[in-house]
Amino acid sequence: MSAMATTQLAPKRVLMKGNEAMAEAAIQAGCDAYFGYPITPQAEILELMARRMPEEGRVFIQAESELGAINMALGAAATGARVLVSSSSPGISLMAEGMSYMAGSEVPMVLINVMRGGPGLGSIGPSQSDYFQAVKGHGHGDYKVPVLAPASIAEAVALMADAFELAERYRTPVIVLADGTLGQAMEPVSPAYRDPARLQTDWNLTSTNGEREPRVVRSLHLRPEELQEHNTHLQAKFAQIAEREVRFATERIEDADIVIVAYGTAARIARTAMERGRSKGLRIGIFRPITLWPFPTAELVAATEGKRGILTVELSSGQMVEDVRLAIEGRLPVHFLGRQGGVLPSPNEVLEACRKMVAP
Amino acid sequence: MTVQLTDNRRVIYRRPDALQDKSTHYCPGCGHGIVHRLVAELFDEMKLTGRTIGVGSVGCSVFAYEYFKTDFVESPHGRAPAVATGVRRVQPDKFVFTYQGDGDLAAIGTAEIVHAAARGENITAIFVNNGIYGMTGGQMAPTTLLGQKTTSSPLGRDPVLAGYPVPITEMLALVPGTAYAARGSVATPQLVGRAKSLLKRAFELQEAKAGFTIVEILSNCPVGWGMTAPASMEHVEKDVIGTYPLGVLVDRAKAGPESK
Ligand SMILES: Cc1ncc(C[n+]2csc(CCOP(=O)(O)OP(=O)(O)O)c2C)c(N)n1
Repeated sequence: MSAMATTQLAPKRVLMKGNEAMAEAAIQAGCDAYFGYPITPQAEILELMARRMPEEGRVFIQAESELGAINMALGAAATGARVLVSSSSPGISLMAEGMSYMAGSEVPMVLINVMRGGPGLGSIGPSQSDYFQAVKGHGHGDYKVPVLAPASIAEAVALMADAFELAERYRTPVIVLADGTLGQAMEPVSPAYRDPARLQTDWNLTSTNGEREPRVVRSLHLRPEELQEHNTHLQAKFAQIAEREVRFATERIEDADIVIVAYGTAARIARTAMERGRSKGLRIGIFRPITLWPFPTAELVAATEGKRGILTVELSSGQMVEDVRLAIEGRLPVHFLGRQGGVLPSPNEVLEACRKMVAP
Repeated sequence: MTVQLTDNRRVIYRRPDALQDKSTHYCPGCGHGIVHRLVAELFDEMKLTGRTIGVGSVGCSVFAYEYFKTDFVESPHGRAPAVATGVRRVQPDKFVFTYQGDGDLAAIGTAEIVHAAARGENITAIFVNNGIYGMTGGQMAPTTLLGQKTTSSPLGRDPVLAGYPVPITEMLALVPGTAYAARGSVATPQLVGRAKSLLKRAFELQEAKAGFTIVEILSNCPVGWGMTAPASMEHVEKDVIGTYPLGVLVDRAKAGPESK
């Protein structure tokens, strides 16, 4: 390859807003259809899609509500199309029903939640208070969906393609869980776009053309034994995802005394705290879950063995910390620092919390 | 089941090819079976079966996918028009229909049907109005007649407490995105024939990508209404049609641009 070609191929470093970067990454990942409804702090996704999807000859609809959007997604995705939906916290609550149907009928789809403060109308500030909603279940029934949590705009771009890939491989909805800061902030990125290969499918609705038996996409199984069997199948799939798809990142964990567990924007704050602490002789490391479900349980246990303690930092009143405690099972003290409603903890507050943990 | 005829007898009635060879779960005398048949006959006549993706709803017709020989997707209660929108937009050359009851379409799914019509989606809503929530045990629906007794309006529907019957198809006819809105019934053999022609026009307009089409079919619920099947059909003819007049409510393709 000539030098010229190489420079042409190298991704250009550009300044991108998180919401726009995720939307463009979805387009570059081959997203066929997008459905949304305006809500802060993710309206830029809808707006970019409104412009770019028709440009690409693809489907864009501003739905009448989040109920409309998620069900349009269900219909489009049932045909095998690559579908994206985005919203923020209150909108995700409305989408819960559709998520349950899609999980039950095994329809792949990617949903971005740019979280804001709750409960209720809450605030439009950045928050991580939808961890429970994303990880423990949005809608009714026994199901889980993979939840990917980027901590930078570059990572958000990369995770969009991964999300479509996971969705299609396991025939499941996938959530990309970002917060208002990630959505609104601008960062220089060299966007590593990727358009995952399409899988051969034998379940999606393309009409029979008189050449095959009709296909049905449904979650209804009225006979108890049949529904139990379907649930057993779903659980086996979830177990497979849990075994294969755990993702996490660590930083300076080897010699650390204290491990901060944080994801998304909270992990960015924790990193600054770690650097400040290290410069003052406080050995802090970071464990950052990237998949919130499946949670990196065994990996966290292994990474924190022999440490003095764990500090979980979240932009919530303490949600992921429950999974941290479940993983640790009392082996170490697990502390928590949280801020709510759009308030971010300062790195110094995080550092102070770490200092207290090692104070004699 | 295919019947082989060897002598000069003529087949005048048989199962449409578009229907599976199955007995349905519908109650004896229920109109859903007749409507299924009309739709299937049109699929045969218009050669639509192989190009069709059906969109189910939640109600007595939830198992429609068991009976039609077409691909089918289930929807949450009321959301079929949104699901159909998604299907049709990414598969623009397919024939896409929803099959919904009156609770599904005129109560919980009001927003979805209104906005599918407003967007002029090229889908056909087959709307079976039996004036009741059949599947959940005969509760009052938005379409329930004034004075009608149901399990949740035990003294009869009182407009002070429960409002008035919702003429949803008339409401949808107002929306410019609606190419065609009509109301028929399966209460008598003549009306069954007429209902089929209404459905046919709707299907043709979808094929012509004219916009949103809806055909409401006034049907019965002998079990929910506590009537025999013939009495329930008579009730539709004598009483229900009074509240919901039959006919073509709008046919914008026919009206032509000059009459706008
Ligand atoms: C979100 C939700 N709410 C309620 C129900 C329960 N439900 C099932 S069918 C039905 C009523 C259906 O009535 P209609 O649409 O009139 O159809 P019919 O059964 O009369 O044919 C209801 C309320 C449900 N499945 N989902």
